[in-house]
Amino acid sequence: MATAAEEMNRQDALQGIGCSRKRKEDPRFVQGKGNYVDDVKLPGMLFADMVRSPYAHARVKSINKEKALALPGVHAVLTADDLKPLNLHWMPTLAGDVQAVLADEKVHMQYQEVAVVVADDRYIAADAVDLVEVEYEPLPVLVDPHKALDPDAPILREDVQDKDTVGQGPRKHPNHIFTWEVGDEEATDRAFEDAEVTVSQEMYYPRVHPSPLETCGCVASFDKVQGNLTVYITSQAPHVVRTVVTLISGIPESKVRIISPDIGGGFGNKVGVYPGYVTAIVASIVLGRPVKWIEDRMEHLSTTAWARDYWMTGELAADKDGRIKGLRVNVLADHGAFNSHAQPTKWPAGFFSIVTGSYDIPDAYVKVDGVYTNKSPGGVAYRCSFRVTEAVYLIERTLDVLAQKLGIDKAEIRRRNFVKPEQFPYQTVLGWELDSGDYHTALDKVLAAVDYDGLRKEQEEKRARGELMGIGLVTFTEVVGAGPSKSCDILGVGMFDSAEIRVHPTGSVIARMGTITQGQGHETTYAQIVASELGLSSEDIQIEEGDTDTAPYGLGTYGSRSTPVGAAATAVAARKIRAKAQKIAAHLMEVSENDLEWDIDRFKVKGVPGQEKTMKEVAWAAYNNVPEGMEMGLEAVDYYDPPNFTYPFGTYLCVVDIDKFTGQVHVRRFYALDDCGTRINPMIIEGQIHGGLNEGFAVAMGQELPYDEEGNLLGNTFMDYFIPTFVETPHWETDYTVTPSPHHPLGAKGVAESPHVGSIPCFTAAIVDAFSHLGVTHMDMPHSSYRVWQQLHALGLDKHG
Amino acid sequence: MIPGEFEYHAASSVDDAIQLLSAHEDAKILAGGHSLLPMMKLRFAEPAHLIDINGISELKGIQLDGDTIRIGAMTTENELIASDILQQHCPLLVDAAKLVADPQVRNRGTIGGDAVHGDPGNDHPAVMLALDAQFVIRGADGERTQAANGFYLGTYWTGLEEGELLTEIRVPVMKVGTGHGYNKLKRKTGDYATAASPVVLSLDGEVCSEIRIGLTNVAAMAVRAEAAEDLLRGQAITEALIEQAAPLVMAACDPAEDLRGDAEYKTHMAAEMARRSIRDALARARS
Amino acid sequence: MAKQHISFTLNDQQVDALVEPRELLVHTIREQLSLTGTHIGCETSHCGVCTVDLNGDSVKACTILAIQANGGAVVTVEGLADADGLHAVQQAFIDEHGLQCGFCTPGMLVRAHRFLQENPDPTEEEIRSGMSGNLCRCTGYQNIIKAVKSAAQKLQQA
Repeated sequence: MATAAEEMNRQDALQGIGCSRKRKEDPRFVQGKGNYVDDVKLPGMLFADMVRSPYAHARVKSINKEKALALPGVHAVLTADDLKPLNLHWMPTLAGDVQAVLADEKVHMQYQEVAVVVADDRYIAADAVDLVEVEYEPLPVLVDPHKALDPDAPILREDVQDKDTVGQGPRKHPNHIFTWEVGDEEATDRAFEDAEVTVSQEMYYPRVHPSPLETCGCVASFDKVQGNLTVYITSQAPHVVRTVVTLISGIPESKVRIISPDIGGGFGNKVGVYPGYVTAIVASIVLGRPVKWIEDRMEHLSTTAWARDYWMTGELAADKDGRIKGLRVNVLADHGAFNSHAQPTKWPAGFFSIVTGSYDIPDAYVKVDGVYTNKSPGGVAYRCSFRVTEAVYLIERTLDVLAQKLGIDKAEIRRRNFVKPEQFPYQTVLGWELDSGDYHTALDKVLAAVDYDGLRKEQEEKRARGELMGIGLVTFTEVVGAGPSKSCDILGVGMFDSAEIRVHPTGSVIARMGTITQGQGHETTYAQIVASELGLSSEDIQIEEGDTDTAPYGLGTYGSRSTPVGAAATAVAARKIRAKAQKIAAHLMEVSENDLEWDIDRFKVKGVPGQEKTMKEVAWAAYNNVPEGMEMGLEAVDYYDPPNFTYPFGTYLCVVDIDKFTGQVHVRRFYALDDCGTRINPMIIEGQIHGGLNEGFAVAMGQELPYDEEGNLLGNTFMDYFIPTFVETPHWETDYTVTPSPHHPLGAKGVAESPHVGSIPCFTAAIVDAFSHLGVTHMDMPHSSYRVWQQLHALGLDKHG
Repeated sequence: MIPGEFEYHAASSVDDAIQLLSAHEDAKILAGGHSLLPMMKLRFAEPAHLIDINGISELKGIQLDGDTIRIGAMTTENELIASDILQQHCPLLVDAAKLVADPQVRNRGTIGGDAVHGDPGNDHPAVMLALDAQFVIRGADGERTQAANGFYLGTYWTGLEEGELLTEIRVPVMKVGTGHGYNKLKRKTGDYATAASPVVLSLDGEVCSEIRIGLTNVAAMAVRAEAAEDLLRGQAITEALIEQAAPLVMAACDPAEDLRGDAEYKTHMAAEMARRSIRDALARARS
Repeated sequence: MAKQHISFTLNDQQVDALVEPRELLVHTIREQLSLTGTHIGCETSHCGVCTVDLNGDSVKACTILAIQANGGAVVTVEGLADADGLHAVQQAFIDEHGLQCGFCTPGMLVRAHRFLQENPDPTEEEIRSGMSGNLCRCTGYQNIIKAVKSAAQKLQQA
């Protein structure tokens, strides 16, 4: 008879769900044996480097390749003219627009790709770039999105100027991309007219860049003999890349292999297809040799997927007790020169309509206008869950503004407006069905942990002494796990995901998923799931992702979708295996299937102690002794189309002290409570939270990529671009509650973007709170000491003596 | 990321380095390399020749020589920090070195390179001014000494002539009754100063007998806030007097506007760093 | 300028290479000597993923000319483990979840390895300051600090 201790041992031996087991991928990384794209070396490999425009808007009058081609070791210099016969000088974007691969008579942004040189090594390639002579005729530059729709604004996209849509509905001006509306405008306007109190707050969410430490790159290798194209690439969506490559090149998918090896951080930066990839592929096809393209940091910050750049106005209508009656939001979205940001097809502003947040809001209306400017293309990236960062920022800030106007405590106003536990699943007025949540418990837990009342008391005392201390509170709801195929597709492919699991005769396992880790620990967490589902130790479960020749089709990893979708596919596939295994076990023990029950790692005959078969024993039998009519083997594949998104949530609280003479902000405390439903590996979750909080800290406190009036991009190196070091980074405190998702096979929701989504408004909230007694309702990011000082200087707080 | 081509020469001695400098036009000295090589990788600098002086032992070492400390120009920032002599006799240099760049860069970056490179963001020049340091310089015509005060003429323009090499920096031993302060406001580790101020002052009883206030990265080159010094010198320095000096510190600034801040912010921060450094120097002078 | 022959020890092995003067040490290590553990993350000497040990000092290999390593001793991440297994810092990073994507990890390890020789019993503040030349985007640094502390303890017990 199994004792509790024996059962615990068997459970522990699995190192399955819930276990903070060490990561299986770590041994190679700590020994420098990771395999990143720039580590790939193929025989005969050449190097590509880009000639880029110094101008933000200009005609390309001529390109002289002579000197570059004359440099020994240079094999090719390609321009748009060379790509035209292949119809590859432009490529489709994920957002329904087109983007120039190499500038076609015109450049639309500074650093735009104008020509690619291919040489024996990266040193010669760099020299060759300097030798390409390009003549430009500068054109008037448009960098202010507020002026993009002026009647006399320069027309940026001559290539689409006669089109009345660029894939996202009708447009009203050559620089206009889309207008997206959701909600009932009339009902919302009425709510505002009838309201006892209304507030309105403008806020800008600056352009920032995820800046993983590994830049983007690829090695493209076209085998002339077999007609196969292999591309090693920094991609968070290798199957999507394969399909796109086929669509634009004509090479059948069966002859295209995309490999995302180890990736040095993605954060949404490595989803799209960049001109560097396309030109490397073309060069490889033309030259018949592998071609490597690795961008440097300035190129990375200047041209690859960045995030945000949303000019938002948030309005709330409420009664005098702070109960929200209506939410109205207007956004001007600066998309840069091409609409290339990653999004499911029908969502031009991503999931921004989650903007009702954690609150029970009866009427809401959102309008987003997207425009072109002479800047690099993008907008969706950086742990944003498709614009959820912007949405949560908007609602949390505006709610604080309402609280300040009414003199209601910022925690209390949230309590009064929370969706209540009994209201779940909750239909928001803008169309989302929040699966589960318990916002009150999370809030209470955090407030108790930090002694919120004590902090408010301390703040009062400090204010009396003229000291600046702020408390920021954010209670966010995230939406992740894109997504149900009826509403979510990327270029027409539904946003399901997949898992294929095979159990070997001796009981170890290989499993492949359509997602792709960039540091999230999938080799460990997926193994833990399979371990718990199949009763086999996660040590013996091999997880592979990223090779489109072997992994089942998936939409990749971004928007925290691996756990909601990929892990669901994994669990369902594993359960198919267990169902078959049950039949085999029944056959082996000569009982009916229904006589068996599953216990941790084995099938037991109900009521007959000692009659049992472990999954390991079943695995062996699967290859030699299966019931009549059943095929051999023990494997399954599942393509999981989620019925809904998942909605992790959290409560974050931040305490800051501000040096009123320099504007420096000291983050004294940051307490982050997250609820992501079932927790697969608590250690990995905590690591994700730390990382997301740090990236949020960077965004809130210092990151920006401003353009000057000429369209020159400023701050595009690590000299200026704020990546916090060990010294600047605060200490993080983490906590959790568990409210499982009712529709997910494991009850798990995904978590990795929550800390970024939730922390950014929390830093702003804390800093504004430090000044709120002086009437300040909002301060735009980044909260550099310079900008904070400007606020306190304007209030005369920095006078000595 | 990739520098242009150049010819490389490893100098074996100071005289060898000077000879190489005069033999080659368009030559740059490779000291720590952490100002020069990044510029070359971005192709902002493309010298035809690099003269590596890392192998010259004569340029290393820190010695106490009576009332003077002699520091070889190729002494690295970490060597400054680790030096018992400096910790005891010129702690301002130690405090300043600790705030330069990051640990790896401090293993290569040298006091000499930082002192004469000419970038207004370099940390040591203002410290040299505050210490009233002397530079020992050798050229084809032999050796000379020049005071740090008056050495900094503009951006990338110093008193170092073509073909000359800085070999040694001499700073005075800090005496009893002298104190220093160093405050550097920066956006993050590894950044140049938004504003920094080294201060050295001496007290005679409660009266300030001498004071030098250096300012970093708030003008075309490192400067002294001389009008502020004149106000404080010969007085008992009170908080009220410091406040009177603050606008004079601001008036000594003429900063470039950049992402660190506009002119208004930088001048205010220069004054704030100076305030803090004066207070720190006072406390140390009294102890 | 013609390529020059250089020779140095790399992880205790004598190695040779032919380099242009402008060749950066990080490229020589990665391309000619095929040790790709040391990475490249920026061109302005900020990020530290290229950190190696040169003659007993932590340096950024992207800001050293290969020719400057001539006659010297270089240690990279591949040289930290020995016949007995992983070095204490490597094991500590695994134990304390001090890595996620792994890209900054070699530089962190090589720096931590040297840092603990410079300061065998560091406080948290000293770790933060001592490692401030190495950036990380994934971990938020907190578990790396725990790893360095844990390694310090193990090394002191040894």
